[in-house]
Amino acid sequence: MTSVHRNGVDLVSAAKKDCEGGRVRPETEGGGKLRLIFEGRFDSQSTGRLWPEVAQLLSQSKPKHLTVDAKRVDYCDGAAIALLLWLRRQQEKNKGEFAIEGLREEFVRLMEMLEPQAVEHARKKLGFVRGIVEGLGGVAVNLCRDLYAQITFTGEITAALCRVMIRPRTMRWKDAFIVAESAGANAFGIVSLIGFLFGLILAFQAAIPMREFGAEIFVADLVSLSLFRVMGPLLTAIILAARSGSAFAAELGTMKVNEEIDALTTMGLNPVRFLAVTRVTAAMVVTPLLAVFANLFGLLGAGGVMVSLGFAPVTYFNQVVAAVDVGDFFGGLVKAVVFGLLVGSIGCLRGLQTGAGSRAVGTSATRAVVSGIVLIVIAEGVFAVLFYFLGI
Amino acid sequence: MVNKTQPIITVENLTAAYEDNVILEDISFEIFPGEVFIVLGGSGCGKSTLLKHMIGLYKPLVGRIVIEGTDIVTAGETQRHELLRKFGVMYQSGALFGSMTVNENIRLVLEEFTSLPDELMDLICTMKLKLVGLEAAGNMMPSELSGGMKKRAAMARALTLDPDIVFLDEPSAGLDPITSAQIDQLILHLARSLRLTFVIVSHELSSIFAVADRVVMLDKHTKNIVAAGPPAELRDSSDNPWVRRFFNREAPTNLKH
Ligand SMILES: Nc1ncnc2c1ncn2[C@@H]1O[C@H](COP(=O)(O)OP(=O)(O)OP(=O)(O)O)[C@@H](O)[C@H]1O
Ligand SMILES: [Mg+2]
Repeated sequence: MTSVHRNGVDLVSAAKKDCEGGRVRPETEGGGKLRLIFEGRFDSQSTGRLWPEVAQLLSQSKPKHLTVDAKRVDYCDGAAIALLLWLRRQQEKNKGEFAIEGLREEFVRLMEMLEPQAVEHARKKLGFVRGIVEGLGGVAVNLCRDLYAQITFTGEITAALCRVMIRPRTMRWKDAFIVAESAGANAFGIVSLIGFLFGLILAFQAAIPMREFGAEIFVADLVSLSLFRVMGPLLTAIILAARSGSAFAAELGTMKVNEEIDALTTMGLNPVRFLAVTRVTAAMVVTPLLAVFANLFGLLGAGGVMVSLGFAPVTYFNQVVAAVDVGDFFGGLVKAVVFGLLVGSIGCLRGLQTGAGSRAVGTSATRAVVSGIVLIVIAEGVFAVLFYFLGI
Repeated sequence: MVNKTQPIITVENLTAAYEDNVILEDISFEIFPGEVFIVLGGSGCGKSTLLKHMIGLYKPLVGRIVIEGTDIVTAGETQRHELLRKFGVMYQSGALFGSMTVNENIRLVLEEFTSLPDELMDLICTMKLKLVGLEAAGNMMPSELSGGMKKRAAMARALTLDPDIVFLDEPSAGLDPITSAQIDQLILHLARSLRLTFVIVSHELSSIFAVADRVVMLDKHTKNIVAAGPPAELRDSSDNPWVRRFFNREAPTNLKH
């Protein structure tokens, strides 16, 4: 109703018309002439209602001359103008003529204002086959670029880490502590819980077949070895990737979108040193700590199962101590440090690679988790081979 | 008063593009020390793009950008670093660090590049905030500031190290006329008394006439400069009618100056 007011029509009569909505009356004249008489108020509601009707009329009669009589139109908004423009285009397409009669001055002006100019679409259209070829090429190029970016970033971050080790003063320790708190201390609960449940489930699943051989006591060996050597660090790293890798990417991505990264650069502060090093260092410190807790709670979970199978806690404890040696323990921790490095750096890299727009931030966070997990698994494979040859 | 002999910034045949979308083509101009230089043009014509090329964030497709004798495109890491220290940049969006208070945003530069005592840094923060009329907002987070306050805080941050060259992307957008006039005063004052060079993207005709020594006007269609010179000259005697119209649209209000 306010819009009616704007057009300078008195409000009372406008309100009356308001309730009526718009109507279209067709009048067929001889010689392929069609006259559409528009009456009343045309807003997005009534236009939406009338559009199919008008479209049907048009496609049935295919008039040579189409005239819109708009003398009795009280009001028309963008939707109604769109209908008029659409009618004109339809007529142009069908090589017919089109005229509007009696449309009020202000609506004519509105129509001129709203009419979209033919925009040159810069995007080139390719054929199907060429499209596929170009698409494949694009994927390959992007993969290579991504690999290149990962390698250079790894180099950059290693250099930055070394620089920090030589001169610890240059590190922003306060920021690193904040990151360590959110990535480490706050993850304690989830890591312990998952570790506990994992130990419990593993012990339980292993106990059933082991019982057949009367070898239930060796469940302790199985659980402790798999936890210390593989699963403890792996679980921790995957949780880290999901919690903190994505958070790093989202944080840095938002900074990128907000031009904060640009601002850092022009202040002469290297974003890698300033933002990534703190995060990666924090991740490298907290991952082994968390892995220790995952191991510990996993053993507790398995211990619960063993006790319920009738073993004394001390028997279980002695079995675990006998099964695990120092190499297993520290091997796992070394892995955890490397996983922390990988997850932290890929999170930061994805964040810094963020394109424009808030959508891109979400994409980077997802990519950080996916690449993080892929990298963890690859590293796990490398470690398996390495430890085998080193005899750990 | 403007030294016309030695340009502080030279842009030569700059062509700038995002991917294969060319935004600016073959642009050349010079900026002299102590000058207030304004870049004008319609929305989306590439003013921010030009600015970002001048501060070395993007590499141009073709062309050179020489600042104080150093080509920022080909300069080595240390040279670039030297140069960046002389810049103060305010981005169109402000680009304050969202995880730090306004004070910390300003202190950051001081902490990284100076070894001033704590107390002095605090004092400098308050001083810089006072320049832009924001003394009260020092302990607020950027998310708690209004759009105009963010702009001003970002400007304070850009001025922290008393840079030789200040790049401002739309400093008066989103400000009321009085604050905007204060900012103009500040710019003029710094340019005239400390001989800072200002490169400003602006649309405000009143502030252009108040502060600009020279302007260049970019055009979206030709992707080039349509007019360059002192604003009053362009208003009165440009060959290009469009340019004359642009400057004259608000000419009546400028008669008061
Ligand atoms: N990161 C980007 N990637 C691709 N294209 C971009 C990017 N940033 C800007 N553009 C394009 O470059 C052109 C110029 O943008 P720019 O931001 O320089 O305009 P502007 O003159 O500063 O406009 P405004 O006055 O609205 O700030 C626009 O057409 C825009 O679509
Ligand atoms: Mg801009």
